[in-house]
Amino acid sequence: MVKELAVISGKGGCGKTTIAASFAALAKDPVIADADVDAADMHILLDPQIKKTETFTGLDVAQKDDDACTDCGECFENCRYGAFDPDFTLHPEKCEGCAVCALVCPVDAIQMVERKAGEAYISDTRFGPLVHAKLHAAEEASGKLVALVRQRAKEVAKEQGKELILIDGPPGTGCTVIASLTGVDLVLVVIEPSLSGIHDSKRVIEVARHFKIPALVCINKFDINEENTEHILEFCKDEGIDVVGKIPYDDTATKAMLVEKTVVEFSDGPLAQTIKATWKEVEEALS
Amino acid sequence: MKISVASGKGGTGKTTIAVNLALSIDNAMLIDCDVEGPNSHIFFKEPMVKLKDVSIPAPEFDLDKCTYCGECAEFCQYNAIAIVGEKVLFFEELCHGCGGCKIICPEDAITEVDHHIGIIEKGGSKDIVLYDGLLNIGEPFGVPLIRELKQFADDSKTTIFDSPPGTACPAVEAMRDTDFCILVTEPTPFGLHDLTLTVDVIREIGTPFGVVVNRDGIGDDRVERYCVNENIPLLSKIPNDLHIARLYSRGVSIVEGLPEYKATFAGLHDKIKEMV
Repeated sequence: MVKELAVISGKGGCGKTTIAASFAALAKDPVIADADVDAADMHILLDPQIKKTETFTGLDVAQKDDDACTDCGECFENCRYGAFDPDFTLHPEKCEGCAVCALVCPVDAIQMVERKAGEAYISDTRFGPLVHAKLHAAEEASGKLVALVRQRAKEVAKEQGKELILIDGPPGTGCTVIASLTGVDLVLVVIEPSLSGIHDSKRVIEVARHFKIPALVCINKFDINEENTEHILEFCKDEGIDVVGKIPYDDTATKAMLVEKTVVEFSDGPLAQTIKATWKEVEEALS
Repeated sequence: MKISVASGKGGTGKTTIAVNLALSIDNAMLIDCDVEGPNSHIFFKEPMVKLKDVSIPAPEFDLDKCTYCGECAEFCQYNAIAIVGEKVLFFEELCHGCGGCKIICPEDAITEVDHHIGIIEKGGSKDIVLYDGLLNIGEPFGVPLIRELKQFADDSKTTIFDSPPGTACPAVEAMRDTDFCILVTEPTPFGLHDLTLTVDVIREIGTPFGVVVNRDGIGDDRVERYCVNENIPLLSKIPNDLHIARLYSRGVSIVEGLPEYKATFAGLHDKIKEMV
């Protein structure tokens, strides 16, 4: 059975990608999936050779034929997303693709048309296949693109007989996060011991719980605020969540990123050692 | 004036810049649009107080009238309705509240009820009013909440919008209809890559913008070179300083812990005023 692990954090910039990329280097034969589709960074460290590109079409968008329009105003009256001005000018970038305007237009002046909302890629990397994507600027439906990335990752895993899909998740708690973690076997929540990091990670732990996904915690940059780290440890103990890593603040992470390498490839110092130990615990929890 | 503070990459310092800017200028207010993880409130001592509930309309099915014809399910672009035999399945989390099902139902069997998606809170200090929103856990779409939050902007003040990370709909909603957008980044490959994505978005929206480099010194000069090449104004640089990181971790603003930075943020505001 293929196992799926998602790395999430609630707050951005806690080190999800740094940690997930090192896990990709350490894991035995993984498929890697970058689910942070609106700000994907995994490829920077993994140097992918793209093998397959597919267009992602997302939701259809309204298109208005101004010559056919009789200025009746039904579209403006019924659109709940502000995509029509009071003079019935259509702003496609505000369209959420619901198709109500096309439904109510009495003269068929509005059509719903396909829009290219992004691309998904299947690539080879030195650690195994990477499935990643790029959402076009200001596009909707990022949750759907995450679902596509995960679907492709599962197919690749099946075809190539891989047993682990490693998902680098997005920040937040909304649609992309939900699409990243529904149905996975385990989530690893990366927490930075700032009050913001704690606040947001508690929310994302609740999301995992809402979808009944087991969670582990790893504290990154734990020495930035040891009092807050203590608080996280206590919180996790009370909640019955295992803390599988306490990773120190170390600028090796940035140095490795600057030369586009994962931490564990770049150095064998204390940071790499802690990440390796953390991975071992995660791997055990997955088995 | 309305100023949004955005960045593609998370954790670059949007909230830091938004809060410290608000604390360094006169007559400011803050609206935290990161409804999936609002953090501005952490820098104010007063607890946030719930102001209102936010809901979107969702369908309710009158099964006495419903003939299970399936028109609603077929119309719904979000696959939020399914008709299986003589059963209506409604997936509340997928519903965008467009009202199409109600319009298309030939039996008038659909009415609309409120589907609660989150709350709006108010707080801040005696000088700065702060509004934020909290999207319910398990709720995927924060945009309606952001839209409602932005209504609280007071035109007589400088309103600063702290945006969610990313380049998708919640971030776009926060950046839209503002007079200026500050893009916060860090001088690393991740920071640069996500900055370029955000620049694509903000150019699409058409709002004037500039860049603030946070944690200056941690990486290299690729972000600065990119800004020069792209003719993007570099508004300010905040040094990489463990003091600042430690203040942040405790929920203390830079200007409170290191008051000399007030001039930096006031200067940032002056530059923006010149450009707008």
